[in-house]
Amino acid sequence: MSREPYLLPNGRVLRYTFHERLVHWLTGVSYVYLLLTGLAFWSPWLFWIAIILGGATISRELHPWVGLVFTVGVSMMYRMWHRQMKETPADKTWWAAIGHYIRNEDDQVPSADRFNPGQKLLFWGFFWNGILLLLTGLILWFPQYIPWSLGFLRLAAVFLHPVFALCTIALFIIHVYMGTAMERGAFGSVIRGDVSRAWANEHHHTWYQQLLRDSTARK
Amino acid sequence: MSQAATELVRISGHAGPVPGAGLDREFTVCKLVDTTTCIGCKACEVACLEWNGYPFSETKFDNSYQTMPETAWNYWNLIKFNEHEREDGTLMLLMRKDQCMHCADPGCLAACPADGAIVQYANGIVDFQEANCIGCGYCMSGCPFNIPKFSPEARKVFKCTLCNDRVSVGLEPACIKACPTGCLHFGTKNEMKELAETRARQLREHSGFADAGVYDPPGVGGTHVIYVLHDAKHPELYGGLPNDPQVPLMVRLWKEPLKWIGNLGIIVGVVGIFIHYLRFGPKVVKGERKANGSEGENL
Repeated sequence: MSREPYLLPNGRVLRYTFHERLVHWLTGVSYVYLLLTGLAFWSPWLFWIAIILGGATISRELHPWVGLVFTVGVSMMYRMWHRQMKETPADKTWWAAIGHYIRNEDDQVPSADRFNPGQKLLFWGFFWNGILLLLTGLILWFPQYIPWSLGFLRLAAVFLHPVFALCTIALFIIHVYMGTAMERGAFGSVIRGDVSRAWANEHHHTWYQQLLRDSTARK
Repeated sequence: MSQAATELVRISGHAGPVPGAGLDREFTVCKLVDTTTCIGCKACEVACLEWNGYPFSETKFDNSYQTMPETAWNYWNLIKFNEHEREDGTLMLLMRKDQCMHCADPGCLAACPADGAIVQYANGIVDFQEANCIGCGYCMSGCPFNIPKFSPEARKVFKCTLCNDRVSVGLEPACIKACPTGCLHFGTKNEMKELAETRARQLREHSGFADAGVYDPPGVGGTHVIYVLHDAKHPELYGGLPNDPQVPLMVRLWKEPLKWIGNLGIIVGVVGIFIHYLRFGPKVVKGERKANGSEGENL
């Protein structure tokens, strides 16, 4: 972890640094564009989205480029978070208590580190699907350069690109719901960067206790 | 272009019904290519370029008579040559005029996501409307005959129109007009099918081609360009004509089951989180409730 002071002088806790927030929104905004233009090509009933976004030709031209921006975002996330996202043996007990977590019985959920196992699933889900979307997307970007004899690659990409996209949509729906409506305080943490001490202690107990120990050790 | 928009029976990427829904035309059109009387003169290639306004492309020599390996975005009509050695050791020069087959069940149209970029007229012609084309190239993957080609200049996809502009004013396609041997015919599908079967029978009974037959592949619902072949059991010999062309399985799976599973999944997901919120509400951190019992403001 960086040497930034996580326990802020105003009694709050720094949850995400400026750099983390910037990367999050670079990835998030590019993902939303990809989602909307992708849905427009997914179904004729949603084709109007492409028209609102400047026409289907522009959407087709920009979708791959924004895909590259998204790839950069995911790569930066990997660089800054992959160590903290590593699965630990304790994650199993957390998943075993997922029913309590869903029913908001949080006193029966094992304490989480900086990221709980659900957040890890989100991260790795986007990471691996991002790689697969990039590979299939590159084929779909330049179909004219794929020779006829390798036509099966193009066809596989036509089918698999939306399959991987649907996987990310499932993660995205849960992520947006939890980040805005369900987990009060989470949205502010990715905008302003800080959370209350009580929030940190409740949702990321292991992480917060470590911050406290680090801070006393520094004194 | 230039056919009545009321005669559209299929429109790519289109939500809702098509204008040609109640239409009942007596016949569909058809091109018949009799490969057994083709002499490989390429008059059809030149006529196609002249009528459609494309300059002659540079040829790519590969030790055969063939102009280039495959059709191009500005070269829609290409004779494919194959020097075929028969079982008795004699040579046969097989020549097949390659162009869009105008499938009754077109894979290009099935794969196209752009509203109105590919249309099918009631007379059987499958035509690209480049003004609506977004240049995604999905049609290139959906076609089992390798026909649609991407133009790097226009960034759109092009192919043979079956001379829709000529046919819709009562003329025959340019390639038919130019053919000097009469191996190309144009008429209704029924007439052409009959003529083709007659010719195939002639080949079987009088010319010693026991396997002669008509190529009108049922896998794509039949085509509006049909061939007479000396050897209908091996269409691949004729410049790679597919034996049993189909709309690709991946396109079918993507358009039908995946679309419904995906749409259902998205709806279930959105409704699911809404119900979760109604049932369980937000996670509120203990000790951060306001005195009046309401949930704390942004923690």
